[in-house]
Amino acid sequence: MDKVVKKHFALFALPTMIAFTLAFLIPFIMGIYLSFCKFKTVKDAKFIGFTNYGRAFSDSAFINALKFTALFTLVSVILINVIAFIFAMLLTKSIKGTNAFRTVFFMPNLIGGIVLGYIWNMIINGVLLSVPATITSDASYGFWGLTVLMLWQMIGYMMIIYISGIQNISPDLLEAAEIDGATPWQKLINVTLPQIMPSITICLFLTLTNSFRLFDQNYALTAGEPNKQTQMLALDIYNTFYGRVGWQGVGQAKAVVFSIIVAAIALTQLYLTRSKEVES
Amino acid sequence: MKEFKRILALSMAGCMAAGALAGCNNGGDDSKDSGEKPSVVGEESVDTSSVKEIYFLNFKPEISDKYEAIAKKYEEETGVKVKVQTAASGEYEKMLTSEMQKSDPPTIFQINGPVGYQNWKDYCSDMSKTELYNQLNDKSLAVTDGDGVFGVPYAVEGYGIIYNNAVMTKYFAMDGAKAKSMDEVNSFAKLKEVVEDMTAKKKELGIEGVFGSTSLKKGDDWRWQTHLMNVPLYYEFKGEGSPITNCLNATELEFKFADNYKNIFDLYTDNSCTDKKLLGSKTVDESMAEFATGKCAMIQNGNWAWGQVKDVKGNTVKEEDIKFLPIYTGTEGEDKQSLCIGTENYFAINSQVDAAKQQASVDFLNWLFTSDYGKKAVVNDLGFIAPFNSFGDDEKPTDPLAKEVLSWMSKDGVETVIWTFAGIPSEEWKSQFGSALLEYTEGKKEWSKVVEDAKASWKAEREAAAAAAE
Repeated sequence: MDKVVKKHFALFALPTMIAFTLAFLIPFIMGIYLSFCKFKTVKDAKFIGFTNYGRAFSDSAFINALKFTALFTLVSVILINVIAFIFAMLLTKSIKGTNAFRTVFFMPNLIGGIVLGYIWNMIINGVLLSVPATITSDASYGFWGLTVLMLWQMIGYMMIIYISGIQNISPDLLEAAEIDGATPWQKLINVTLPQIMPSITICLFLTLTNSFRLFDQNYALTAGEPNKQTQMLALDIYNTFYGRVGWQGVGQAKAVVFSIIVAAIALTQLYLTRSKEVES
Repeated sequence: MKEFKRILALSMAGCMAAGALAGCNNGGDDSKDSGEKPSVVGEESVDTSSVKEIYFLNFKPEISDKYEAIAKKYEEETGVKVKVQTAASGEYEKMLTSEMQKSDPPTIFQINGPVGYQNWKDYCSDMSKTELYNQLNDKSLAVTDGDGVFGVPYAVEGYGIIYNNAVMTKYFAMDGAKAKSMDEVNSFAKLKEVVEDMTAKKKELGIEGVFGSTSLKKGDDWRWQTHLMNVPLYYEFKGEGSPITNCLNATELEFKFADNYKNIFDLYTDNSCTDKKLLGSKTVDESMAEFATGKCAMIQNGNWAWGQVKDVKGNTVKEEDIKFLPIYTGTEGEDKQSLCIGTENYFAINSQVDAAKQQASVDFLNWLFTSDYGKKAVVNDLGFIAPFNSFGDDEKPTDPLAKEVLSWMSKDGVETVIWTFAGIPSEEWKSQFGSALLEYTEGKKEWSKVVEDAKASWKAEREAAAAAAE
């Protein structure tokens, strides 16, 4: 069987390769090319070199968006993973109704980002009514609003991944640690955490890239207000590309920079956490 | 493994070939475009019998179903299918950009004036030979470039302060009212006096505030960053030549009438039915609903808003009570000022589709604005005040706000505030100004800083546009 698969490897891989090339590789290469061009639609591109990149980096909105996105990613990645892990630990204990809890926590993840954004916009504006203020009154409201929204949406999903990791730990290991006189804290640090390293890799990867690339929620919750202070990178690129005459190329250049950053972060993180994974 | 490498190499080669081919196509298009003059439509009879379908990208979501009904009727009569697509509010430029790249691009689209034309220059056909253009009452309304006509306006609109006459009559009948009728209110000073007195007596009048919410939510702030801004722009750029052209050519904004803008804007927010700090969450729909349900007496909007007032549940505003007042800001001689009347709706024909399709698109527009069925639909369903001489006096819209606009247009001795905002440098300028207004109402930005930023961003946007045009 193995041999057959190996022999016809190309045949099996071809459909995916074609799809990948058509839907990803070609547009991606075209995108990089367009970032060096001046254009209105892709049909009338003119090559102009690095001008677009110069304009992108001298655009203060882009730099602000970069800072805001970095800060947001840092805060939400830490909070999501810590809270999701705590939930996972609690829900793998024999508490009554764990299944019901797991379902409830997972549910927000099934709702789309735009819808969530508008719902939370209403909730937060409703709460701030007593100040009185709105979510766009202050950039910090927008920041924490986005963080809460992101936590609410992502924690359930990450929790499920952690639960499956925790359930896969061999009871022998924990029992052995107990016999050796390990405290619960020592068990957590020296047994549980190293054993669920693969889950941590996945969860960090998902939260890191999702937070960094956040668009829908940002668009629906604050739309970048007040005065672009809560505008994240993806939204800034969108607004640059569509909102301004003659800025399409700059938007494209920003998008290329954006993909490079996302790829760099994701690969570094994968490398770092992979090296910590242990064979069980 | 060897096999895999070979396949990989093969597929890579395939990719490159595909890429190169795509490149060829692009190159071919380019050379064709650059050598050609802008195409002219309507000049001679082009055989349109081969055209099965034209594509109209509609700008006005509120009447998209009306357009679809019209398209159906046209197909029944002529056999040509009109594909109608509508962009969501505020998304027209985005949708147009992406639709234009498709193999089946819109044949009729809209530009919002001279700025929009600059953006879509390469895609606009010369319409100077079309019947539509030649029937315009006022040919100067069209978007022109040299001898060419690239955008034909199809609806004139007007805006000002809409007021509910029932509430006003109630106020004028009160003891100590600052005026006896709306005729006395013909300046900012008088308006302010009346409005502030009304705010003091809002309990007796049964309203929550004189003005509806100044909706400053992103995407809902166009009534302030574009429409209200038009008044100071008009006064700054009127004088020699067309104010729109003057505004369009201005590399810098003086904002001479910034204090006038502040006058009226403060009046709106200080006497609003909503707390100043909450205006950032309000939408246009919400504030129109406030007006329709009688929570406020006045609201700044245009004749298109009648539908929004009429269709609100619990509407208490009667058709005969809804009237217009010009936007007074405290400038000299403003007792002669009329409403802001103009257009930002221009039809353009896509020059990149083949000649037969362009001609078929023109035929459709002619049919819409000259045939009996078409004219009736324009007046009754679309509700346009159409600026064409094919429309008789009895073929005008009958909704109360449109009638008000028409009556202001025919008044003698008043000065119409032309829609000068067509010369604003970019959407980005409007968006930044809107954000600044929000910060100002929330007390986070000084007015002087708002003015300063507006000027700086005007300059920056003009420069960016100039750089992009090179």
